[in-house]
Amino acid sequence: MWEYTDKVRDHFLNPRNAGDLAEANAVGEVGSLACGDALKLFLKINEAGVIEDARFQTFGCASAIASSSVLTEMLKGKTVEEAKRLTNKDIAAELGGLPKEKMHCSVMGQEALEAALKSYFGEKAEEHEAEGELVCKCFGVHDGLIRRAIRENDLKTVEDITSFTKAGGGCGDCLERLGEILAEERGQPKPVPAAEPKKLTNIQRMQLVAKVIEEEIRPSLKKDGGDIELIDIEGRNVVVALRGACIGCPSSQLTLKNLVEQRLREAVEPGITVTQG
Amino acid sequence: MKEIYLDNNATTRVADEVFEEMLPFLREQYGNPSSMHAFGGRVGRAVSLARERAAAALGCVPTEIVFTSCGTESDNTAINSALTARPEKRHVVTTKVEHPAVLSYCKNLEGKGFDVTYLGVDREGLLDLDELRDALRDDTAVVSVMYANNETGVLFPIPEIGAICRERGVPLHTDAVQAVGKIPIDLSTLPVDYLALSGHKLHAPKGVGALYVRKGTPFRPFLIGGHQERGRRAGTENTASIAALGKALELAAAGVGHENTAVRALRDRLENGLLAAVPDCRLNGAREPRLPNTSNISFKYVEGEAILLMLDQFGICASSGSACTSGSLEPSHVLRALGVPFTFAHGSIRFSLSRYTTQAEIDAVLAELPRIIERLRVLSPFKKGGPEPLDEKPPCTC
Ligand SMILES: Cc1ncc(COP(=O)(O)O)c(C=O)c1O
Ligand code: FES
Repeated sequence: MWEYTDKVRDHFLNPRNAGDLAEANAVGEVGSLACGDALKLFLKINEAGVIEDARFQTFGCASAIASSSVLTEMLKGKTVEEAKRLTNKDIAAELGGLPKEKMHCSVMGQEALEAALKSYFGEKAEEHEAEGELVCKCFGVHDGLIRRAIRENDLKTVEDITSFTKAGGGCGDCLERLGEILAEERGQPKPVPAAEPKKLTNIQRMQLVAKVIEEEIRPSLKKDGGDIELIDIEGRNVVVALRGACIGCPSSQLTLKNLVEQRLREAVEPGITVTQG
Repeated sequence: MKEIYLDNNATTRVADEVFEEMLPFLREQYGNPSSMHAFGGRVGRAVSLARERAAAALGCVPTEIVFTSCGTESDNTAINSALTARPEKRHVVTTKVEHPAVLSYCKNLEGKGFDVTYLGVDREGLLDLDELRDALRDDTAVVSVMYANNETGVLFPIPEIGAICRERGVPLHTDAVQAVGKIPIDLSTLPVDYLALSGHKLHAPKGVGALYVRKGTPFRPFLIGGHQERGRRAGTENTASIAALGKALELAAAGVGHENTAVRALRDRLENGLLAAVPDCRLNGAREPRLPNTSNISFKYVEGEAILLMLDQFGICASSGSACTSGSLEPSHVLRALGVPFTFAHGSIRFSLSRYTTQAEIDAVLAELPRIIERLRVLSPFKKGGPEPLDEKPPCTC
């Protein structure tokens, strides 16, 4: 069992400012259901640049909900300039601390705040995407976020990086690279290298595949009494299950290759393969 | 507040009868069973009695029972024994859904140059026996397949698997840590060569287990030292806990009918009640064949740890296969092997009952849990009818 402070428990059990905010003029959204946590932050900022109201919607564990709740409390009454200076450390400190393994929840709060402020200034949320090199494919983490987490939180080990950003917490393939980045950051500070040409991250690919299946492929299968469910995505291999009339249908293999794979290759990425789970 | 304990696959309370059984060996009867004096000899007889009780409960003979320190040790010992006895054989077959007591051990073997085949399961958590047949090789030293899955309760067809292994002359080990006491097990007809069990899953204390080794199966010890357990497990016996395990197995054998009637009925009441009362939830794993005490349910749009902590407010103890509770950042390997979609895997809760569970407790869960899910769903940005969960969004920074 995690050791949570009373304040974390309080904000989890009695979340402040939960829900959406119709009058919001700044909205930031990070995370996804696939990753296991997500936060949507709504701010209402008045002409004087003061945050009048803040609300949140969170999917995640107790510390994700508590971090979101306490963040909205901290933001109310602050100017945009003050809000910009908030870091994940402030969020964690306000909660009386978070277990180290849960620090990524506070980082998610900071990210959502940044996204919201960007939307307020009319910048596109896309800014968020390729912050440099994609280091962790499993959780779609770029080196920009990793380097900042190292600097701002004085991280000393690769394990710390995983606790704060989730990078390295999946297959482990990126652990070596995380070690290099850590060494670089803790040695002489280097400027962040220029962004790579845009490639799809695992998470982006996942989201796109899910969207195409949901919006195009499912409706067309459903017309014939069939159905399809997305089970998993490993690299460029998409695992699906055919349902309904598709089960036992002699041409289901053809459906898979001609319809599903073809469509995903067109709409998402040429290298995609589709198999049945 | 009295807790409502629905986490019996994690561990169980020690039965009163079992506690009474072990007390003398923690007090006045502290002799060493290997000693020559009568004072130690009396304790030795208690260990023998425990072994007889264990054998009677499982349908084997006492010399086939080796007492160990836990289920993990029993599992490690069995696989190690099969490999050490046949050093020319370098291949192991197991499944993707084993407990770490087997899975991590096999991963470790791979690092030492052994070859391991991990059989997958279908969406119900069931094995394809043809896949098992195809996996067996001339150099397969052992097949290790669990009897009952600790997360979903799904049962593997050990009699059929045993028959297949027999045909090919490959020894079969089964991790029956979750099965013993919950389903009838008769080793006089069950074609397995090794079987692991653990005391703390069947109302004996933690830190004691047993390994059944079929007569005639070549055996190599894991712990090497003194001649205890007829040279099969060195180390002075944990006499109090062994006495407890003997008693607990006796009770388990007598109570297995109750498990499959009364406990099963309560489990079904809980499961059917939840599936009916809460929208967007699903059962993980096959409904049958399954342990009578286990139910693993996923609630879409909410996260498992949050559910557990809310349940904890009402003293309700359960567990989750969500990332946040599995000690890693990804949901449990069992749910992933079953292909439970991500959208459900993060919100999975396992309820596991015991003979001490009451209907009032089940009804209390049925009263509270739908409200808890409702509360958490109000907080969640994902909702039925809302944008689909994997919708396009700024990429995940989690
Ligand atoms: C299926 C299974 N195997 C092995 C074990 C390990 O047993 P022990 O905790 O006694 O080492 C457990 C318990 O967690 C289990 O559920
Ligand atoms: S790539 Fe980072 S954990 Fe898999």
